[in-house]
Amino acid sequence: MSNTIVLKKGLDIPIAGAAEPVVSKTALTDIIAIQPSDFKGLTPRLLVKEGDRVLAGSPVLSDKLRPEILVTSPVSGTVQGIVRGEKRKLLAVCIANDHLQTCADSASAPSAGADAQQVKKALLAAGLWPWIVQRPYGVIADPGATPKAIFVSAFSTAPLAPDPVFCFDGSLKYIQAAISALAGLSAGGVHVGLPAGTDSPFARLTGCTLHRFAGKHPAGNVGVQISHICPIRKDETVWTVSLLGLEAIGRFLATGKVDLRRKVAVCGPMAIEPSYVETLPGMQMKEIAGHYGTSAAEIRFISGDALSGRSIGEDGCLGFFDNQITLLREGTEEELLGWIRPLRWKQYSHDHSYFSWLTPWRRYGMDTNLHGGPRAFLMNEGYYQKVLPMDIFPVFLAKACLAGDIEKMEKFGIYEVLPEDLAVCEFIDPSKNNIQDIIAQGIDLMRKEMA
Amino acid sequence: MNPVFEKGGKLYWLHSTIDAFETFLHVPGTVTRKGAHVRDAIDLKRILILVVIAAAPAALFGMWNVGYQHGLAIGDGRLDILGNFWYGFLKVLPLYVVSYVVGLGIEFASSQIRGEEVSEGYLVSGFFIPLIVPVDIPLWMLAIAVAFAVIFGKEVFGGTGMNFVNPAILTRAFLFFSYPNQMSGSACWISHKPAEQLVDGFTGATPLALDGASAQYGTGFWDLFIGTVPGSVGETSVIAILLGAVLLIWTGIASWKIMFSGVLGALFVGFLGQWAGIGTISAPMQLLYGGFAFGIVFMATDPVTSAQTECGKWIYGFLIGALCITVRLFNPGYAEGMMLAILLMNITAPLIDHCVVSVHISRRNKKFNAAKI
Repeated sequence: MSNTIVLKKGLDIPIAGAAEPVVSKTALTDIIAIQPSDFKGLTPRLLVKEGDRVLAGSPVLSDKLRPEILVTSPVSGTVQGIVRGEKRKLLAVCIANDHLQTCADSASAPSAGADAQQVKKALLAAGLWPWIVQRPYGVIADPGATPKAIFVSAFSTAPLAPDPVFCFDGSLKYIQAAISALAGLSAGGVHVGLPAGTDSPFARLTGCTLHRFAGKHPAGNVGVQISHICPIRKDETVWTVSLLGLEAIGRFLATGKVDLRRKVAVCGPMAIEPSYVETLPGMQMKEIAGHYGTSAAEIRFISGDALSGRSIGEDGCLGFFDNQITLLREGTEEELLGWIRPLRWKQYSHDHSYFSWLTPWRRYGMDTNLHGGPRAFLMNEGYYQKVLPMDIFPVFLAKACLAGDIEKMEKFGIYEVLPEDLAVCEFIDPSKNNIQDIIAQGIDLMRKEMA
Repeated sequence: MNPVFEKGGKLYWLHSTIDAFETFLHVPGTVTRKGAHVRDAIDLKRILILVVIAAAPAALFGMWNVGYQHGLAIGDGRLDILGNFWYGFLKVLPLYVVSYVVGLGIEFASSQIRGEEVSEGYLVSGFFIPLIVPVDIPLWMLAIAVAFAVIFGKEVFGGTGMNFVNPAILTRAFLFFSYPNQMSGSACWISHKPAEQLVDGFTGATPLALDGASAQYGTGFWDLFIGTVPGSVGETSVIAILLGAVLLIWTGIASWKIMFSGVLGALFVGFLGQWAGIGTISAPMQLLYGGFAFGIVFMATDPVTSAQTECGKWIYGFLIGALCITVRLFNPGYAEGMMLAILLMNITAPLIDHCVVSVHISRRNKKFNAAKI
């Protein structure tokens, strides 16, 4: 057992509407959508056309640059439509589910005791490779590379994050199988971050190095954990896999089937009876109509958590890698003299200039109001470093990204972060800068310049 | 907003101004577009209004003190607290009007030119400026100084958050170097009209310039601590400034590291001077004299112009305190060194940060190289 790493910096966002650990519905939806925008670093090439019959695990998209990377259908059925946007950009491939879940032959599990190359090949063919994400930059891993190590975070500290113990109840054997198989792909083995203090079932995993972390958000982010286990240097790559990915990979290795079924937490202040829904990626929001009622126009639908998730709208679909849907109220109303009111009882602020620090147990029905206007950075590093348990200067990094200064970005640690790691800095920023977006643009620039 | 103020409307040139007043009255209904969907309720308006509230005790006391010093100077002790305050209020009010009208006018115009929302930064600068000038300063001088400081200290660099010198300190420095007669010596610190009969033994010098001579006001510890001595409007009362310091430190807006290390720096040089037999003021008393307290609490801690890194703040604060007392001890020309100390350290702060960050990065690289998996 390893020692606990205590992270003193961070902030848990006290937002209301945590999901009850019950599955309220099984929504094996009639139509699912595969959205290329979910796959970072993939230049999509369409492999199917309208009317084609697809099976679970048969390829739908491939990468133009590395054609061995495939995205496969999670269901069997027929390609019902291909949605394109401006300049014919591919937005989504819609597949009508025939509910038979017939599996494609092309995807077959390697035999027990297969070597690394065979495992890689099988994962690529089954379309499970995109679950393996490379750092730096947070893009789909390069199958030709050998990473320094593979990291997994077995808990999440994000606002209203689904409970992994509930979600992966009964899947421990699959996760174990995936870890055993992936351990062969890297020199440094697999490292799993566990929450401190609790008796996590993931502590029983073998064939990997366990690390325990105590702290507030973003202590559960794999990027933060990596920076404390073994920070990423220039020219190094590490891989990360989510628990969801391990479950899918393990299930495929054990049963030979591509099965992306998952428990999705429907949560947030606007969720009626927040709980879990068992479903597939690409589920349409209307499937959970019971959870948001009739006021859809005032609701923001987020695939993912309230800090780093993507706004998908009422007609949107669950992201390929997400197992959380957050429902927030659109905070479009003006607040008379809001900023000068001494109390503002219903609003949360971490700052001592309000009084919510007096009631740490309260949960707030947060909405999407910006609570201010955009300004230049005014507060210092220390203000943001309070919530960032990493050894970097967040404001200097953000300014380097804004300036597009590659050398400075490198110095200030662009290799170590993904936008989600600085999400809490963005949450508390009184200047209302879109720090995650700034970092994302910096990462895009790095990828372009360093390629 | 009325469409006439929107882009393409007839009154678009007023867009930033109208927007500023609207957002002053209401927190706008804008929602997050990118990134984190929920945000903290804190914004710059809240932070900066708290700075103003923190400085309010010093300002109110300063107004009363203007009346009180005037009473002492003409040997007329008939006015009560309210009378003294009213006298001072009427004296200081024009300074505020000039400070805000000129400063905000330029701020609104620049924001419109840049096409941005009006930043609240000047609310604070404009509140400080009347507190750090002599009460009898001619208004036209103040207007020129404010215009200079806001345009060349802030707007040319891109507005609040982009400036490297504190606009309030720059205003005072501009006055100091352009109009030294109105800004130094013993004629400007106590409000009185030329026609008024002054008491015997009257002196207009501040305690710091007095250098132990006698005056019509007290110069003991309590006089200095409470602030019943002449000086710039808001700088005299250490106790009122400490009240503000408590609020600023509690809310985390101003850095306690800067304040604490500033006091350490001042004591360090103060004791050195005492040990070497330079000057007549003991080191702890130096903290009560002149603009040290106001400067270290409100001016040095400006988050934009101070050092950005936590380690840099220790160095930055220490050097401000040390430089201030050094000027006081060694330079007979300037009785007060606080303004110059802050100005110099504002300019040096990026260098301090650069050094701190470089050291941090090389240490981090060493750690990286040592890390093994």
